[in-house]
Amino acid sequence: MGFLDIRNATKSYGAVEVLHNVDINVEEGEFLVLVGPSGCGKSTLLNMIAGLEDITSGDIAIRDRVVNGVHPSKRNIAMVFQSYALYPNMTVGQNITFGLEMHGVPKPEREKAMAEVAKLLQIEELLGRKPGQLSGGQRQRVAMGRALVRKPDVFLFDEPLSNLDAKLRVDMRTEIKKLHQTLGTTIVYVTHDQIEAMTLSTRIAVMNDGYVQQLGSPKEIYDNPANLFVATFMGSPSMNLIQVKLRVEAEAAFADTTDDQGGKVSLPVCGASAALKSYKGQTVTLGLRPEALTDVEGADHRSDHVEKVQSMVTVTEPAGSDTFVTTTFGGTNCVARMRADADVHPGQRAEFAFNMEKAVLFDPKSGKRIV
Amino acid sequence: MAAATQGTAIRTGRVARTFIYLVLLLFALFYMLPLYVMLVNSVKPLSEITGGGMMNLPEIWTVEPWRKAWSEAQIGVQPTGLKPYFWNSIKMVVPAVAMSTILGALNGYVLTKWRFRGDTILFGLMLFACFIPFQIVLIPMARVLGVLGLAGSTWGLVLVHLVYGIGFTTLYFRNYYAAFPTELVRAAQIDGAGFFQIFWRILLPSSGPIAVVSIIWQFTNIWNDFLFGASFAAGNGAPMTVALNNLVQSSTGVKEYNVHFAGAILAATPTLLVYIVAGRYFVRGLMAGSVKG
Ligand SMILES: Nc1ncnc2c1ncn2[C@@H]1O[C@H](COP(=O)(O)OP(=O)(O)OP(=O)(O)O)[C@@H](O)[C@H]1O
Ligand SMILES: [Mg+2]
Repeated sequence: MGFLDIRNATKSYGAVEVLHNVDINVEEGEFLVLVGPSGCGKSTLLNMIAGLEDITSGDIAIRDRVVNGVHPSKRNIAMVFQSYALYPNMTVGQNITFGLEMHGVPKPEREKAMAEVAKLLQIEELLGRKPGQLSGGQRQRVAMGRALVRKPDVFLFDEPLSNLDAKLRVDMRTEIKKLHQTLGTTIVYVTHDQIEAMTLSTRIAVMNDGYVQQLGSPKEIYDNPANLFVATFMGSPSMNLIQVKLRVEAEAAFADTTDDQGGKVSLPVCGASAALKSYKGQTVTLGLRPEALTDVEGADHRSDHVEKVQSMVTVTEPAGSDTFVTTTFGGTNCVARMRADADVHPGQRAEFAFNMEKAVLFDPKSGKRIV
Repeated sequence: MAAATQGTAIRTGRVARTFIYLVLLLFALFYMLPLYVMLVNSVKPLSEITGGGMMNLPEIWTVEPWRKAWSEAQIGVQPTGLKPYFWNSIKMVVPAVAMSTILGALNGYVLTKWRFRGDTILFGLMLFACFIPFQIVLIPMARVLGVLGLAGSTWGLVLVHLVYGIGFTTLYFRNYYAAFPTELVRAAQIDGAGFFQIFWRILLPSSGPIAVVSIIWQFTNIWNDFLFGASFAAGNGAPMTVALNNLVQSSTGVKEYNVHFAGAILAATPTLLVYIVAGRYFVRGLMAGSVKG
């Protein structure tokens, strides 16, 4: 039993099922991020938790109380919307206390709660203003204040940062994380930004097409993606996918591919399992994150399975802290993340280091990870 | 070269603008002419009008025609002037405008924020009300008023105008609220506000501009209506428009044109006032800043 349980929940609009059998348990104090491409059903799931959308089948329970059919205001949740949804005709102070007023909290208590929240979010001097007189970041803060003042069991955020500019987004992200750490509240947070998902969450649910593709800690999702969708969706630049032929010799397995000139490249696979060996002689997809494909000096020294391969550099993109280097393996473009001062030049061959400990293999037909 | 063309552009721009203003002025004068004629002749003794020279300023200024039109002229059986009929119109127009606007707002709210199966069809049917000619409903309406016991009364007229106006007010408010962020309603729901609380506290305070449009439209239409007034409220319950007609059409005695002009201006004044007072609030963007901006 979790704090917030989503049990086998589905959602249909008419004959179209947009969410399929979603099962998620959220523990108290967890920061769950729902991430996925546009239209995958994140907002729908969040609205179902909030009670703004009906649940077609299955259950949602908050603190062991099934809330299907319970009015949004009686679920003890608070929500921050993408557009902030501040009441335009009310001052910031009235916006913050409106929910308390509707719940019949007497005025002195409302004022006290408002003062506390305003102090926490540093919006005390804004309380008398109308939303129209605030900047984007200030509106964001007020919207959070309105959620915080209710002291709900669960906070729901629907892409709260997507209307802010890049710099402010990073600042507010840190602030939300800080808030979560100080208050220890349970949060469900929707975003389509995978960096937001990685940085904020204690757990991530990656969604696509109405299915939860994988549920796990940011590290699990990043290092051990369950399928090709999760592997490519999370991480930027995205994971390199190379088609390789699996060769098995006694206990060892090798991923055979080619370099830019068609020369043979054989990469030993770490810890080949029986399942993997059953793909003997077949083509599988080798996934390798850009940071596991580096210059030789930049390779992870703790790894015992670094393979060095020469290949032609086609493009270099210095990004300040790193240089992204594009080359070709097995006929597909691969991006390597090299040190900023790595000595590579487009049109010249360079030595690439494969950290095979980080390599993952996928069944190219089903897209599932081979373990 | 470039400077020269720019100079030419500015000069031609100025010429064009002068021309446009001249034309506009001409049109304005043209439209003001009837009002001028009415005003000037309403403050002349009758002899000056019948003597010709409609466009001349009065030689003897007098407010007598106004006084007569307001409180003495023979309209019904008694020589009451237009005064009681003016109040009839007020008693009809104020509740009818208020109720049709509030109901239109409620309809718009439900049709956009509490959608239900068949709501678009219902809205389509309501729109239909905007296109039904008045004449078609006269007889059924007379019957309905008779059954309700409202025939010949001011409240009967209120009902008629209310029913007729809801189509328009619903259209206005529905279109306005369609652009009103639904997230605000959802936020209010989570905050615990009920159906009417959301309406009163969230939507209505932001409805200023469209309420003004609705009020101006309804006020002008209901105040200026003649057909329903003449059909359903003859005699002492008649509205201003019908009374004015009676005044002008009265067959006894000489035609007192100066009194007629004064009466016509009296009948037109309230709608003019509504435009002057409310028109200013027309363009206020009350929604600014509620959502991302
Ligand atoms: N009222 C509705 N009727 C029919 N289909 C709907 C309705 N609302 C949403 N959908 C569908 O449900 C799916 C999920 O929508 P949802 O809004 O949850 O996506 P999302 O993951 O939040 O996307 P985004 O990142 O763009 O906000 C979409 O395919 C959408 O077309
Ligand atoms: Mg969404």
